[in-house]
Amino acid sequence: MAKVTVDGREIEVANGSSVLQACEAAGVEIPRFCYHDRLSVAGNCRMCLVEVEKAPKPIASCSYPIAEGMVIKTDTPMVRNGRRGVMEFLLINHPLDCPICDQGGECDLQDQAFSYGQDHSRYEENKRAVKDKYLGPLVKTIMTRCIQCTRCIRFATEIAGVPELGATARGENMEVTTYVEKALTSELSGNLIDICPVGALTSKPYAFVARPWELRKTDSIDVLDAVGSAIRVDARGSEVLRILPRMNDDVNEEWLGDKSRFSFDGLKRRRLDKPWVRIDGKLRPATWLEAFDAVSTKLKGMPGDKIGAIAGDLCDAESMLALKDLMAGLGSANLDCRQDGARIDASRRDFYVFNSSIAGIEEADALLIIGSNPRREAPVLNARIRKRQLAAPFPIGVIGAHAELTYMAEWLGDGPSTIASLPEAFAKVLADAKRPMIIVGQGALARPDGMAVLAAAWKLASSIGALTAEWHGFNVLHTAAARVGALDLGFLPGPGAKTLDAMMGGGVDLLWLLGADEFDTTRIGADTFVVYQGHHGDAGAARADVILPGSTYVEKPGTYVNTEGRVQRTGKAVFAPGEAREDWAILRAFSAAIDKPLPYDDLDALRARLEQVNPVFGRLGFLPRFGANDLTAPGGDPATVSATAFVPAIADYYQTNPISRASAVMAECTQTYAPTPALAAE
Amino acid sequence: MAENVGDGSTGENPQVDQPTHFEFDEQSRVAIDAHCAKYPPGRQASAVIASLYEVQKQMGRQTGGAWVPRVAMDKVAERLGMAPIRVYEVATFYLMFNTTPMGRYHLQICVTTPCWLRGSDQVEAACRKVTGIKGWHETSADGMFTMSEVECLGACVNAPVLQVDDDFYEDMDGPAVEALLAALARGERPKPGSMIGRQTSAPEGGPTTLLTVTE
Repeated sequence: MAKVTVDGREIEVANGSSVLQACEAAGVEIPRFCYHDRLSVAGNCRMCLVEVEKAPKPIASCSYPIAEGMVIKTDTPMVRNGRRGVMEFLLINHPLDCPICDQGGECDLQDQAFSYGQDHSRYEENKRAVKDKYLGPLVKTIMTRCIQCTRCIRFATEIAGVPELGATARGENMEVTTYVEKALTSELSGNLIDICPVGALTSKPYAFVARPWELRKTDSIDVLDAVGSAIRVDARGSEVLRILPRMNDDVNEEWLGDKSRFSFDGLKRRRLDKPWVRIDGKLRPATWLEAFDAVSTKLKGMPGDKIGAIAGDLCDAESMLALKDLMAGLGSANLDCRQDGARIDASRRDFYVFNSSIAGIEEADALLIIGSNPRREAPVLNARIRKRQLAAPFPIGVIGAHAELTYMAEWLGDGPSTIASLPEAFAKVLADAKRPMIIVGQGALARPDGMAVLAAAWKLASSIGALTAEWHGFNVLHTAAARVGALDLGFLPGPGAKTLDAMMGGGVDLLWLLGADEFDTTRIGADTFVVYQGHHGDAGAARADVILPGSTYVEKPGTYVNTEGRVQRTGKAVFAPGEAREDWAILRAFSAAIDKPLPYDDLDALRARLEQVNPVFGRLGFLPRFGANDLTAPGGDPATVSATAFVPAIADYYQTNPISRASAVMAECTQTYAPTPALAAE
Repeated sequence: MAENVGDGSTGENPQVDQPTHFEFDEQSRVAIDAHCAKYPPGRQASAVIASLYEVQKQMGRQTGGAWVPRVAMDKVAERLGMAPIRVYEVATFYLMFNTTPMGRYHLQICVTTPCWLRGSDQVEAACRKVTGIKGWHETSADGMFTMSEVECLGACVNAPVLQVDDDFYEDMDGPAVEALLAALARGERPKPGSMIGRQTSAPEGGPTTLLTVTE
């Protein structure tokens, strides 16, 4: 620790801090453009000038290390003049197009020009103009506005791990560019928009849509992957206009995957906004009463074991619990939440969650990834792995399909047999590691021998010392936001009851799909009566006999459990369209219609019931980390793994759920990044 | 004042006819290996400037125009284990690397104050008269000459100076330029240095001190 004085206040800061960090610690805000907490220090904007006693001239505080006894002054004529000068230079080539700039109202340059700018310009020469660049379907560029802080270059290189942006030429001709025209190959490219301090990089889908002060901001949680990133939903009227990440150091830091950020236009396309009932083979609009009648008529006298329910990947815990309770009332335990057919041992929580926690990745010292491509399945979590590897040597091994993961990883094999016969060198790395981690993806579990793979991975974790009282290095990476919540609730077949597979092909007479679109609906028996409760006209709705319009994650306050087992809540940003209702309320209303009312009348009562079913739902937002206290292995015989290679769990990152499939922006991304040559081959 | 306006063309210039293929020849390969060997393992990126020079020289040998096409930058990136964009950054930063096709001879006319006071305007006019080149960084119709405007070459004592590829021709004037370019066009390489017989940068007309000069 070193003692420094900032504007007359003495504080202690850690050795090696920069002057800027010391000022922040003292509560003094320093203007800056190029400096960013999570990026390397460039020191090229010069806006953060401060005066240090005994220094002959102002110093750039972001790149100047503190020293014991340093006296820093942040508000002297020298500092003010210095910053004014810097601002004048920055504005020389910055266009005066704030009225048509999408950054207007949330622009660092605009805000700081307010404090340090002049009311007139002394520059009489021509301003420079720069050609706009193409960075793909998500990021719009107006490069004349660029002040060359190089944040985007550092983000692409350091965080996203795709060194494709650079600064070419120099002096007045310097440009931020990819040089060769191509879309950025990153799933995190939307974050460039956030880190750009000016309007050079803005959101293409949000271009000219709204001003920030017109928007109603709702804190929420992303559910389009299983990471549970903190988001802010910005809406105007009944329309969601954009989604931004919120800071949550434990989960997403301040990043957000492109699918989570840009799928929002899918929220208003292909929506189910009124109930539908199939009459004479054709779906016809109906009233809620008619829809309920159609289902209850069908249900009359139906034995419980002929009724089944499948929960989808975007469901909130409240609606799943309500559905489970409803099914129990009807005498059915035919429940399943594993649309992808994942084999999971739900007998203990640490068999199916990401035990090390996402922040814990930074404590690990070796990593083995089994049947997963974190870059596609959880881009934000992948960035954390990259961050760990950049911090210090971090050996990573991969078993599964070859993939470019944005960090150095050793490919060890393509199928489960490799788990038991790791190459000697890597086995030694794992054995020598103090805190080794194993990540098991859905590509490893969603296959007939999934249980055996799970057991084999656990056995390996146990043998390399990944399971100790202090460190739990066994991790399951989910792709569905609803999955861990569903497993916590036990949304699984009861004893002797039917699994998803058994419900197919006429296994049940009535099948209730709660937002379930990710399995092959043609497998449902022709005579099965299908109730689809959900928000998008996707695969499930197409097969349905009755459609009950529900709400998306931005239209209801819902509880979700991320892959770590962290319980978080979404906020209600807008109302669901038309006659669509919140899902738990639909189930509650239906239960009353068939005279088996569920024992909760409001969300609070339902949440009390959630907590009663599983106490973990009481730990909102907070994730206690447990060591591995019980070494009993999950069910499944490690010896029975097959020789089949792992297949990636996600074929196309941009379209994995009904919302992103309905999104035109995501469709364009798929076109750009993953054209489908496979169509012809199929 | 018009020069102040960026034309927005410093990204890859789409008008440039880029070759689709580039391979190091034996000479470049040996030279680049030697440059790489100067740096510790894992630090091969340090050899990027030297490698780009080798590429530029190789292009001069092979096509008659010493420049660095984009495919060659990719090859350098591959050889040195760098991201291609990092090589593009270096190649576009240094004006010594030509990123557009060049004529056989690169005429670099110094236009900084000392040369200008001593008559760089005549050097420029003579170059334009002989080559027929109108603007800067253009190549003559016969593909022999590319003309560039450069800032101080550090030969102010013998101003004005015209640099042809790597050679300085000093104390130039209109007729000297015409004679030089005619010789170059014939394929000759006149001896570089002062065109008025001055010994290195000694005073014009012979030394005034240290009168005894031994060659």
